[in-house]
Amino acid sequence: MNDAALEILGVSKRFGDNLANDDISLSLAKGEIVALLGENGAGKTTLMSILFGHYVPDTGSVTAMGKELPPGKPRAAIRAGIGMVHQHFSLAPNLTVLENVMTGTESLCSPVSNVAAGRKKLLGISERFGLKVDPAARVGDLSVGEQQRVEILKALYNDARILVLDEPTAVLTNIEAEKLFSTFKEMARLGLSLIFISHKLDEVMATADRIVVLRGGKLVAERKASETSKAELAELMVGRKVTRPVRDPSTPGQVGIEAAGVTVRVGGVDRLKSIDFRVLTGEVLGIIGVSGNGQATLAQLLSGTVGRTAGDLFLFGQHVGDLTVADAVATGIGRIPEDRNREGAIGEMAIWENAILERLARFSRRGLVDRKAAIAFAGRILSAFDVRGGSPTSRTRLLSGGNMQKLILGRNLIEHPRILLAAQPARGLDEGAVAAVHERILDARRAGTAVLLISEDLDEVMMLADRIQAIVGGRLSPPVRAQDADARKLGLMMAGEWEGREVTDAV
Amino acid sequence: MRFERREHRSTALVIAAPLIAVAGAFAITGILIAIAGAPVFEAYWRILTGAFGSRLSATETLTRATPLILTGLAAAVAFRARLWNIGGEGQFYLGAIAVAAASAHIARGLPSLVQIPLLFVVGAAAGMLLLLLPLWLRLRFSVDEVVTTLLLNFVALLFVSMLIDGVLKDPAAFGWPQSEAVDAAARLPKLLARSRLHIGLGLAVAIAFIVYFVQSRTVFGLQSRAAGLNPSGAAFAGVPLARTLVIVAMISGGLAGLAGAIEVLGVKGYVTNDLSPGYGYSGIVVAMLANLNPLGVVLAALFTAVMFVGADGMSRSMGIPTYIADVTVALSLLSMLIAVFFTQYRIRR
Repeated sequence: MNDAALEILGVSKRFGDNLANDDISLSLAKGEIVALLGENGAGKTTLMSILFGHYVPDTGSVTAMGKELPPGKPRAAIRAGIGMVHQHFSLAPNLTVLENVMTGTESLCSPVSNVAAGRKKLLGISERFGLKVDPAARVGDLSVGEQQRVEILKALYNDARILVLDEPTAVLTNIEAEKLFSTFKEMARLGLSLIFISHKLDEVMATADRIVVLRGGKLVAERKASETSKAELAELMVGRKVTRPVRDPSTPGQVGIEAAGVTVRVGGVDRLKSIDFRVLTGEVLGIIGVSGNGQATLAQLLSGTVGRTAGDLFLFGQHVGDLTVADAVATGIGRIPEDRNREGAIGEMAIWENAILERLARFSRRGLVDRKAAIAFAGRILSAFDVRGGSPTSRTRLLSGGNMQKLILGRNLIEHPRILLAAQPARGLDEGAVAAVHERILDARRAGTAVLLISEDLDEVMMLADRIQAIVGGRLSPPVRAQDADARKLGLMMAGEWEGREVTDAV
Repeated sequence: MRFERREHRSTALVIAAPLIAVAGAFAITGILIAIAGAPVFEAYWRILTGAFGSRLSATETLTRATPLILTGLAAAVAFRARLWNIGGEGQFYLGAIAVAAASAHIARGLPSLVQIPLLFVVGAAAGMLLLLLPLWLRLRFSVDEVVTTLLLNFVALLFVSMLIDGVLKDPAAFGWPQSEAVDAAARLPKLLARSRLHIGLGLAVAIAFIVYFVQSRTVFGLQSRAAGLNPSGAAFAGVPLARTLVIVAMISGGLAGLAGAIEVLGVKGYVTNDLSPGYGYSGIVVAMLANLNPLGVVLAALFTAVMFVGADGMSRSMGIPTYIADVTVALSLLSMLIAVFFTQYRIRR
């Protein structure tokens, strides 16, 4: 192709025994949006890192604007007009937007920084692509969505003609994501070429012109968005038909958890404001809401890591005082934390250590850890929950996100908890792992566990929950039954409107 | 050139890394020795004979290694849990002066078997106290313990200096600032007659094994490691963070204090301003050289002692400054840090 902005030819990359990229070729035309779709560990990020010169491929080449790029030279990639927006931003929070954008664009030896010209150029770009920012704002004060905008502006400021974005929506709310995609289309219309990595089928279908599917390091398919369907893509991604779990009608029993007027104050702010809810055994209560509305505190409250300021909490009808982690584990509360890397597991420790850390009392005698029993326990989890990529004694960090989540799920579910707290259990997982996680949660429900599901994924909540409450600004809406709820109604609830009344957020 | 994280760390690599690091340090030091105008291999030979060539030098090396093992363990235990105890020197002196005072004025006359263990406890307790204060400041007010423990070294040193020139001054010392000698019953038995080598060495090695066991086999060891690696993950799993750190601080400060106690009871018998040639600080180097492994600490302490004692011998016979020992130890530390890096990363071109 002659008008190809970017051409990747026969790229392979091996890490030890793992062939991360296997002879991948793809091209990107001017003004085209290509989505790179694949499960975690399919080799998407490796390919992008090669493209940007972070990794050196074992074989193959990258050509941008007709010129072959020297391998392993990010500077050459920038000069050739490739701009990368990483999943984790590389911005200095204490500098202003303009300073961040201009960093690295001027020679260190130049006596003065030409701020006025930089500002003018930035505003010009921001105008042209509809990416509004205040150049004087401190980056640390901006929201995640705005910070991402700064990252994109930074790439454009360096005269990028090809933008590479690694999971751009992973950190965004739905509304921010939609805005971002309309910006993408505008940029493509103006002649820029874009590649973005994703594993969300909806956004890929809605935004990309062409979709490239990676699986196990190989390019398995290339489809025009107009000629494919979500079902086909999902199948291509995981390599088999995805069957969404089927839900039996709920047979709820006694009350597992009940909260009455619970308020939690953290750092002088009421994160939860007099909330009421109850979860029955054998049912799933879904708490839906845009992230940052008190979900984290609610999860911590039931995990035993934060205490309540007011109100009453009952577990199986028993009033509980200060719930500690030890109490929670002893009561049979299975806990799946929101952030598996920060709270759920300690990456540098062995899998067996992570499996028993919260149950040390059971796996020790007179202060000595019973290694043998612990390793056997971890082995049981690995086989029962299909955790791949590690043995009980290998380091937990080596597991992929999905397998780490299965480990966390397994260490909670293998003991048949009476209550299961699942905070964003499928966040950041690929289709196959999501299905496995959902299956396990429904298994627990069938076995009579009272499940509290906290999620911002509407589909997930609609699929798993029997009753749904929305969380907005630390308040909980009254519950609605899942069969009475539709996307519109839940959307209104998440916006703080329930029972026709708007909830004013008076602090 | 790029660095990539290694997925697996082979045992051979972990063992080879420190050896290669030390070899690298010797190679670089060799250049310096050559510049100083001495034959390199002979100089190294003199270091070895200086450290082990005679009964006197061998016992002297082991005597020097003893406090280094203990201060090295003190640093290793704390660093494992990400408690940055830089205050080993101050804890060492406080342990030493507490023992000297207790033996000379309170415990005098008690039989050895009672007095020595009692004094060990006193020395360890003094070291603990000096570390618990910075820990309290960290837990209560988030004050960085690197700063507080470091500065408390000077406070402790000057405090000891004041005591041995004041209330604890030995009136029979011709005006020199030194504490009264400890009770004869409190002196540690010698391992070898007519040498300075005392049973403290055996004790230090035994403690290294105990610390290793505690860290790798006990609930507390697992919890303190978790707390160090990922505090929020540990808290989520129900590890009592503050309590764990307090225990870690008590062990760490206690070991540094014990090092001071053993040095007083085993070697000198009284406290002076130059009781420690920087054992507390060298302990940090020893711990890092050992990659925080308690058993590695024993070897790293021995290596450091060999360098210091051996360099004295080399210096006398070849006219090279003894500072070469400092340089070698410092270079070993640097090359060790690089070696540890390469056990975790590989180079890709």
